[in-house]
Amino acid sequence: MSDAAISAPMPRVFERSWAQRMTDRNMLGFWFMLPAAAFLILFLVYPLGLGIWLSFTDARIGRGGVFVGLENYEWILGDSKFQLAVFNTLFYTFVASVLKFAIGLYLAILLNNHLPFKAFIRAIILVPFIVPTVLSAIAFWWIFDPQFSVLSWGLRKWGLISGNIDFLGDPWNARLSVIFANVWRGVPFIAITLLAGLQTVSPSLYEAATLDGASKWQMFRHVTYPILTPIIAVVMTFSVLFTFTDFQLIKVLTNGGPAGTTELMATMSYNTAILGGRIGEGAAISTAMIPFLLGAIMISWFGLQRRKWQQGSDNND
Amino acid sequence: MTTNRRGFLKGSAALGAGAMLAGSGLTEWARAWAQGAQWKPEAGAKLQLLRWKRFVQSEEDAFMKLVEAFTKATGVPVSVINESLDDVQPKASVAANTNQGPDLFWGLYSLPHLFPEKCMDVTDVADYLGKKYGGWMDSAKAYGTSKGKWIAIPVGYNANIINYRQSMIEAAGHKTFPGDLGGFMDLMKNLKAKGTPGGFALGRASGDGNAWVHWALWAHGGNLVDKNDKVIINSPETLKALEYVKELSTHFAPGTASWNDAFNNKAFLAGEISVTNNGVSIYAAAKAGADKDAKLKEIAADMNHANWPVGPVGRPTEFHICYPMLGMRYSKFPNAVKAFLAFTMEAQNYNPWLEGAVAYLSHPLNAYDANKVWTSDPKLTLCKDAGRRTLLAGHLGSVGEKAASALADFLILDMFAAVCAGSSSPKDAIAVAERQARRIYR
Repeated sequence: MSDAAISAPMPRVFERSWAQRMTDRNMLGFWFMLPAAAFLILFLVYPLGLGIWLSFTDARIGRGGVFVGLENYEWILGDSKFQLAVFNTLFYTFVASVLKFAIGLYLAILLNNHLPFKAFIRAIILVPFIVPTVLSAIAFWWIFDPQFSVLSWGLRKWGLISGNIDFLGDPWNARLSVIFANVWRGVPFIAITLLAGLQTVSPSLYEAATLDGASKWQMFRHVTYPILTPIIAVVMTFSVLFTFTDFQLIKVLTNGGPAGTTELMATMSYNTAILGGRIGEGAAISTAMIPFLLGAIMISWFGLQRRKWQQGSDNND
Repeated sequence: MTTNRRGFLKGSAALGAGAMLAGSGLTEWARAWAQGAQWKPEAGAKLQLLRWKRFVQSEEDAFMKLVEAFTKATGVPVSVINESLDDVQPKASVAANTNQGPDLFWGLYSLPHLFPEKCMDVTDVADYLGKKYGGWMDSAKAYGTSKGKWIAIPVGYNANIINYRQSMIEAAGHKTFPGDLGGFMDLMKNLKAKGTPGGFALGRASGDGNAWVHWALWAHGGNLVDKNDKVIINSPETLKALEYVKELSTHFAPGTASWNDAFNNKAFLAGEISVTNNGVSIYAAAKAGADKDAKLKEIAADMNHANWPVGPVGRPTEFHICYPMLGMRYSKFPNAVKAFLAFTMEAQNYNPWLEGAVAYLSHPLNAYDANKVWTSDPKLTLCKDAGRRTLLAGHLGSVGEKAASALADFLILDMFAAVCAGSSSPKDAIAVAERQARRIYR
């Protein structure tokens, strides 16, 4: 009896199956999502999963490893070189992101004004972003050269310094120099994106604020900033992620030197896994980046975004 | 047989390159070699070789000439890809991991030991060459073999030696380059006082940086590991080496903490420094530019090379770069790979190549002591013994993947750099290195 009760609806399910599944709105949505999902799984989820799995093995180049549990993590967490790389990465990301945001926002507001040759200037601003990273790194390599630096040379000619500045040789100089190069590269992305956001602000809001007697600062604080917040959240999330995972600039400029003071987690992971051949340990270093990245995303998602924007309602409510 | 060769030569004489090779007699010999060689390339074989991008143009020219002769003789086309020195190892590593890529890699140090089981067994090639050319030098055997089998053919060394300006060291009170640590310190001190300081890379310079700090460590009797790969870096000898180098570095030109492999070349050729360590490529560059640039002409005439001073251990502790060439097991044409490796090292090919390299490469087979590059210019003669004088990556310990890891992590270099920069006391730097070494050698 009970068997019959269960089996009775079955034929109906099968009847409606194919044709209805192809036209059902929810199923259709699923079909449309499938190519994108397949792409994400193949190129994002699989490598990420593989990386995390490798971090629990003792894999070496050309040789699959065996599961070793948390051994790789125990070794790297207790290593002061790794701790230094974590500190460097956090410092690099924080300082560079704050500077990029401040300068980018300032530039965006400037460019939002009516300037002569506006289109040309906006195009020029993008140049640092367009130049391939390795090329700009090589340019900075010359700018920061201990013997032939154009900056040191200029300052010496002006009589401001007596000897060359040791840009990349002194630990703190080196950290600040690579941050400077990163900021130079990253500002255009933020400036242009925020500029796009600024241009969506209706001029009538400024007119209303002016009639209410608002100062420039008040207009920025109470009109521009709230409207810009969602874009700031997105752009800064991207900026923090890009900075945190930066590799090329450091690789070319200092290769992590002197003595590891500019080593980032990304360069350390590469050196360990690809140059040193210890893939398991390198994967553990990369995997250790994930909590930080998730943290950064959470902060910008919940801290900077306005709830109603997240939930899909518009800004004019 | 002779008729065939003549027929072939007639046919190829129409081709420019063929005519050039025929003129040198290389093709004729190469064809005879190919017919008699024990390795017959597979039908339809073609090879891809990835090498480091040349530092001396004439070396590459000579190498490409022998590649061309190989193709003419065997019908096997060889495409040669050039990558910067630092990129060879990652590319080879990825190829080994994915089982696809070039058939041959020409890299440095212990590259084959990063993935020994992925390297072709070339024992027969090495035995053949060793018997024919007076035997392999000991360091070549160590770099080329793993568990009793040859996994690579060390085709040369790059001697990493002292480059100095004769006039400047004389002004600093030394007629010849000092052979002991005390003299070396005195020279560096005087050079700084005279306003013509020397400098050695303390940035992450994989070639020059690693070479000189390992020399300093070993010269004082310090070692990363013992013969059983047990970590023994924490020793009074290491401490002495660090203290010596810290003092030495106070006499350096400013900025050496950020130097990579190219900085000292630039600074030396600009006349900014008087002493550094390098291959003979600074000399080659100075000579190449001497016709157009009076300053380079003066540097070429004034500069010379010296072996590293000997420390308290009482014997040379130099660290020259070994360049092994290896065939990958995934290659579909193992016989063609072996034929190429053997062909490369035959006297008719290797001698002109060695001459083309003008001492940038030194030989691993004893018979090539007779090559005329070693007598053509007295300033280059000392590179002849690079293969005999060099200590191995890992020194007392194994030459394998752990030694390669320690080099890739700049373990020794960072230890010295941290002390010289003053960011770490010698004892703390040793503790950091020891922990790192235990992680690598676990």
